[in-house]
Amino acid sequence: MAEEVKAGCARPTGGLVGETVPEEPDEKQIEKRESKRMIQVGKKAPDFAAPGYQNGKFINTKLSDYLGKWVLLCFYPGDFTFV
Amino acid sequence: MSIDSMFVHKMWNDKELAKMVDGGVPFPMLSDAGGKVGIAYGVYDEEAGVETRGRFIIDPDGIVQGYEVLTPPVGRNVSETLRQVQAFQLVRDSKGSEATPSGWKPGKMTLKPGPDLVGNVWKEWKTEMAFD
Repeated sequence: MAEEVKAGCARPTGGLVGETVPEEPDEKQIEKRESKRMIQVGKKAPDFAAPGYQNGKFINTKLSDYLGKWVLLCFYPGDFTFV
Repeated sequence: MSIDSMFVHKMWNDKELAKMVDGGVPFPMLSDAGGKVGIAYGVYDEEAGVETRGRFIIDPDGIVQGYEVLTPPVGRNVSETLRQVQAFQLVRDSKGSEATPSGWKPGKMTLKPGPDLVGNVWKEWKTEMAFD
């Protein structure tokens, strides 16, 4: 039976149930750790392209389009997450 | 930016945010399905499959000047973010000759780092200046 979930600011997620995937070889784990490193202040912000929505229109934008301007880049867990 | 699609962004903006901000949010609401950008910025939570509340200040040269990352239930302080941008702008305009001490906000004194200031900050800057 489905159980009721209390809505919080962390977006509820699911996943596989049961046996876990066997451990990955060492080399892959090192790679994973590296990709998790935080970016550094004083260093170039990684450029990216992303689709989005602005003023009633769907858009495609690139971070590098904003060179010459100050940019605030904000991430959040998901739309409708309250705070 | 979040992992939501641009369609969900449209719904959130049009149905809810437009009721808080006249005309809806003026800046781009970006979609990062799969979290690739979030991973590059170190804010993607692999277990939850979503991005945390990361905020990055990027200067006109594309250099990251500062960031802050919060877990989901605590919202940001926009005034503090704007204060930091104003401080970075002042430093940039001064070509690095001025620095903003703890508690600085527009109108408050800055410091001019140099040999004469070494060991003498206490003469110019008082602890109470760290507070509003």
